[in-house]
Amino acid sequence: MIEVDHLTKRYGSVRAVENINFQVEKGEILGFLGPNGAGKTTTMRILTGFLPATEGTARICGFDVFEKPLEVKRRIGYLPEHPPLYTEMTVDSYLDFVAKIKGVDAAERKKRMEEVKSRVSIGEYSRTMVKNLSKGFKQRLGLAQALIHDPEVLILDEPTIGLDPNQIMEVRQLIKSLSGSHTIILSTHILPEVSMTCQRVVIISQGRIVAVDTPENLTRQHQGAEKVHLEVRGPESIVKEKIREIDGVLRIESTRLEGDGAFAFSVETELKKDIRSKIARKVVENGYDLLELRAMTMSLEEVFLQLTTKEEGVRGQ
Amino acid sequence: MKNVLAIYEKEMKSYFVSPIAYVVLTVFLVISGYFFYNILSIFIERSMFAMMQSSQYGGPPPSIDVPALVTRNFFGVTSTVILFMLPMITMAVFADEKRRGTMELLMTSPITNLQVVLGKFLASLSFFVVMLIPTMLYMGLVVAYSTPRMPLGPLLSGYLGLLLLGGSLIALGVFISSLTENQIVAASITFGAFLILWVIDLSARSGGSTLQEVLSYLSVLNHFEDFAKGVIDTSSVLVYSSFIFFGLFLTYRSVESLRWRQ
Repeated sequence: MIEVDHLTKRYGSVRAVENINFQVEKGEILGFLGPNGAGKTTTMRILTGFLPATEGTARICGFDVFEKPLEVKRRIGYLPEHPPLYTEMTVDSYLDFVAKIKGVDAAERKKRMEEVKSRVSIGEYSRTMVKNLSKGFKQRLGLAQALIHDPEVLILDEPTIGLDPNQIMEVRQLIKSLSGSHTIILSTHILPEVSMTCQRVVIISQGRIVAVDTPENLTRQHQGAEKVHLEVRGPESIVKEKIREIDGVLRIESTRLEGDGAFAFSVETELKKDIRSKIARKVVENGYDLLELRAMTMSLEEVFLQLTTKEEGVRGQ
Repeated sequence: MKNVLAIYEKEMKSYFVSPIAYVVLTVFLVISGYFFYNILSIFIERSMFAMMQSSQYGGPPPSIDVPALVTRNFFGVTSTVILFMLPMITMAVFADEKRRGTMELLMTSPITNLQVVLGKFLASLSFFVVMLIPTMLYMGLVVAYSTPRMPLGPLLSGYLGLLLLGGSLIALGVFISSLTENQIVAASITFGAFLILWVIDLSARSGGSTLQEVLSYLSVLNHFEDFAKGVIDTSSVLVYSSFIFFGLFLTYRSVESLRWRQ
């Protein structure tokens, strides 16, 4: 559906994106994850035909974005970072205008408008001036604008930015409900958003792709180890010794807790070896008090930090 | 065509929801009304005076064609007044879209930049026509009270001239608006450009050297005089048409280049 091939964009000598490759299948939601200034918006603007690429090609629905811009534009809905709204129009007249320039037939226009308005639940504001809408509703209107011509591909640049938590959940649900019938690329620098909405993630940093995978795989692969956190009341060194005897333990660190002789231990174990029960038994068998025991999985946030900052450092060494 | 119409309608609507449109319309009406009244009373006075003189000293009745003089002078004044009004009509055309970020919407929609430019130009031109409509009332008064009834030809040619001159100035203003995202900057530069056109015209009229002749031929304002007199000169029509075409072409190129300049 979307094929991006060796895409490069330079501004003078500054490289905004460098040699980017990825594909998106029909009906898939792809998350574009990266810190601010990583090149997310640039890539999206190239895909929408707003910016020309310096090198490389991008094809949407089989049409090259540079050679056949009108064909591509007919098939994409685009929500830029700041929703492109005419503040002096009413919601209805704005959507009517967008429907016209997106080429929606006059006969279908009314129906499409009602559809998208109910989809983003903005129906009761039909006659409100855009400038009087709250930030959240402006964002929804931006989404409605992108959906009005029922495009095959949706490109959403930071769709949940500036919304309150409830609105964020609503927009994410809306995006999820669109998958399957629409192919979606969304960019974000908020990690939970990706794990919640996307089937695949492209992590981009300083204009380069550093990883492409499912959120689950990314979390698993870059974890390297699993961690168990436990708190025990007992002599620090002996407890450490005992736990180290268990098969599969790689590393163990301890810190003193406030209170009567309790210590927190952070145990790193080999992948896919759940040794929580063994640890628990060991501690109790030796007559110490087990205060807390829980498995810690590395969040996508940590993966992201590792990929975009830590590995950069590793490469430099 | 459908897309041009969509842009056109949107632009017309946006004119009439902004206070600027009403301010421009009102100011233009007040100024043009004031000038019309002044011109009318000057020529009526002058013809009365001439009539009195001829009846006192005998001789043939005076040959002062008041209706023709009034309309000709009124068109002349109007052509100068619009130099001050049109920058306010064109300043927002592209600058505002760029500032709001709605240019991104237009440029990622399945419409061509040429359609955007044409729709916007036609909307500005239509607003200018709306501005001129009330002045037809003044002209109607002149026609109604003239004996013998004055011919309508000079009026038509005068309005045609205003339309062509206005179109040229609007094309230039729209182009300047496409260069910036600040309306005030657009208005100032447009106003400056119009003043330069005006000054070139004034200096071109005074001299006789080859350069000045060329200048006077190129001067957009100079060509208007024929129209005000009731003469439709093909070469003048051609000068205006090519000015409009050139202005729109520059605008089109400037909009095209936006994506490369981002």
